[in-house]
Amino acid sequence: MVKTPIRFTLNGSETALFVDGGANLLDTLRRGVGDLSPKYGCGQGTCGTCTVLIDGEPHLSCLTLAETAEGRSIETTNGLANGAELHPLQKAFMENFGAQCGYCTPGMLMAAKALLSKNPNPSREEIVEAISGNICRCTGYEPIIDAIMIAAGQLRGRVA
Amino acid sequence: MSSIEFRKDLFADERDDTLKEIGKPTIRQDILGHVTGRSPYFDDHLFDGLLHMRCVRSPHHHARIRSIDTSAADRMPGVRRVIRPEDVPNNLNTLLSLINFGKDDEALLQGKKVAYVGEPVVAIIAETERQARDAVAVVRVDYEVLPHVLDVEEALEPNAPVVSETYPNNTFDYHDLYDHQKLRFGDVDKGFAEADHIVEGRYQMSPIEQAPTETCGAIAAPETNNRFVCYTSTQALFFSLGTTAKLLNMPSSQLHFIGGTVGGGFGGKVDSLHEPLAVLGSKLTGAPVKFTFDRAEEMQVGAPRGAERWFIKDGVMNDGRIVARQFTGFFDSGAYTRLSSYAIIKGTGHLPGPYSIPNVASNVYCVYTNRTPATAMRGFGITGVDFSIECHMDKVAETVRMNPIELRILNSYRDGDMKAHRRLAKNTALIECCQVAAGKAKWPISADAAAQSSLQGGGGDRAIIPETVTDQAGRIGERRRSKIPTAPGEGATSKGRVAAGSSVAPIVAVPPQRDDMVIDPSRTGHRKAGAGPAVPPVQATPQAPPRYTPPTPAAPVQTIPSYTPPPAAPVVQPSQPAPAVQPPAPEPYQPSEPFQKGIKRPGVSRFISGTRRR
Repeated sequence: MVKTPIRFTLNGSETALFVDGGANLLDTLRRGVGDLSPKYGCGQGTCGTCTVLIDGEPHLSCLTLAETAEGRSIETTNGLANGAELHPLQKAFMENFGAQCGYCTPGMLMAAKALLSKNPNPSREEIVEAISGNICRCTGYEPIIDAIMIAAGQLRGRVA
Repeated sequence: MSSIEFRKDLFADERDDTLKEIGKPTIRQDILGHVTGRSPYFDDHLFDGLLHMRCVRSPHHHARIRSIDTSAADRMPGVRRVIRPEDVPNNLNTLLSLINFGKDDEALLQGKKVAYVGEPVVAIIAETERQARDAVAVVRVDYEVLPHVLDVEEALEPNAPVVSETYPNNTFDYHDLYDHQKLRFGDVDKGFAEADHIVEGRYQMSPIEQAPTETCGAIAAPETNNRFVCYTSTQALFFSLGTTAKLLNMPSSQLHFIGGTVGGGFGGKVDSLHEPLAVLGSKLTGAPVKFTFDRAEEMQVGAPRGAERWFIKDGVMNDGRIVARQFTGFFDSGAYTRLSSYAIIKGTGHLPGPYSIPNVASNVYCVYTNRTPATAMRGFGITGVDFSIECHMDKVAETVRMNPIELRILNSYRDGDMKAHRRLAKNTALIECCQVAAGKAKWPISADAAAQSSLQGGGGDRAIIPETVTDQAGRIGERRRSKIPTAPGEGATSKGRVAAGSSVAPIVAVPPQRDDMVIDPSRTGHRKAGAGPAVPPVQATPQAPPRYTPPTPAAPVQTIPSYTPPPAAPVVQPSQPAPAVQPPAPEPYQPSEPFQKGIKRPGVSRFISGTRRR
């Protein structure tokens, strides 16, 4: 099978590898690079647990061809914390019970991060809209929405 | 000094033994891994040279397999190994065999007859998932399509297709004898005769898929010490380990199972479908093998909460007291048993719901159909019947024109009441629950209902086991006796469990008081021709299994049906060969003493079986 070289930035680090033709970005990140934070939930773009940011925009990595990541900047939950210091979204999810089994959490965090980078002061409805592509089966959405509201407040305070 | 010494003086300054945790939030101990994406789910383990397994699955509800041709798959690029049914060392199991409950009925890979859509037939291991999928597509299985049955009551028709040859009547055998799980408490027909109203209802729920976000799966790899490591999404690690050891006929000491991080389960990850095949694949290839459902398989093949159908008949007085409640339940087990038989036992212990009702009867059938096998899901065995009971309570409230919450408080069980499964109710709180719910919903209830308490009004007469209808052996269920075989055809054990009516020695007792208490041997599979040691040939013709017929309302106490003696009790005397003889006919009913209510023998637990069970 023909392998194609690709190069992209993953959480700020230059990354290069060979991928099979037709390989998706999720498998490439997980098995090729070893970043296991995006998860496989459905492989067909319905659950959102594989959400990553490509140039700041949320994308479903299971439906993204790895080759299209060439030259782009990719962010995953693995790179959300600043060293040992957790991102305010991570802290808010921890303290406000935004996760039970934790499987949807990386996708939720990425969707929330994309929202807050564009809209630092979202309404509850805007948060619901932003995470509407992410399915959670155990926590229920209310604590997740609360956590994103709280994190948004903390991020605004940090900028001000 | 007790035998256990707690050295609380050690690390005393680091201990907090107050245990005052209620009322304050506690952060999950695994949450840091969740928010950083580092929690190790089964698929989050990297292996060099990981192989991928996919299954050839049945496209038919029910079909006999004539032949399986895997030669084209063997030649496909990347294919490392094709696993056929005969490659599984011990290819028959039932999940609860680990606790000695039920017969082995399900193959890991089915080579003879598929009984549901998606049943695995062949497993293929290839270097990439795509290669495995491509190889699956070229396997040719020659199926002879058979008629199928998808409805529980249709599956009990006399000429319904036989779903599983292990259970030829399409019902699980309880206690090796009954085709249903039975509960009798008091006499419902007497209760119906006394009642002012009869309220009947039929309730049905569909199968429900647990749909965890992480699909079920496992990765197995050889370790350096002649063991296999298996990372799994299972909810029941030792269940999966034991099942794998049994199916693969290998000592469990060779299996190193690692689980505990589960991406949502809700009951759907106990079936241990993936671990045995992953370990087998790893054993046959010498390489790490991943076997997982994709989303479509998770929804179609992954076992759901089974469908249930309930018929409830209540006898109600004008003042709202429920004096009799009768259930007929059908659990759709799908093609194989898995956990449905257990769900029914659990559900029967729950009947008649959280209410004190003096007369209760239930027959619950675990029925096989050509649907996806059912398994655990959050309160399975209870949730479906509770839904039915509470819908029915509303129907009763409408019938007697009563406030539905007051009706529940009136009939609620209280501390000290005897439950239908003959245990005293303790720590009951339904009354308080109803009062709080009424308050929160601003639903007015009477001052009398608001003044009730679960702690008062229970016990006394309500703690007595009522006179209960029995079968021809004077039993309502199984009992214990020494020196009696555990099941027909089996050898004697010193303390066996013997099912009702199957003793050689005729127990002179009341004849069956209800026709549904007559044990009809033709209804249970092991007594069909050639299947049991003591089956009289004349009885070999299978008879129609019972079909639910809505009971006639307000039936007076039935006349005792004429009793034909059962065919040879299939019990072999330990010292004698099995004679196929007719047992002595039970003597006509001549009670040594008339039934009385509330007899209590001093010094004897009321839970001990007597000839007349109380």
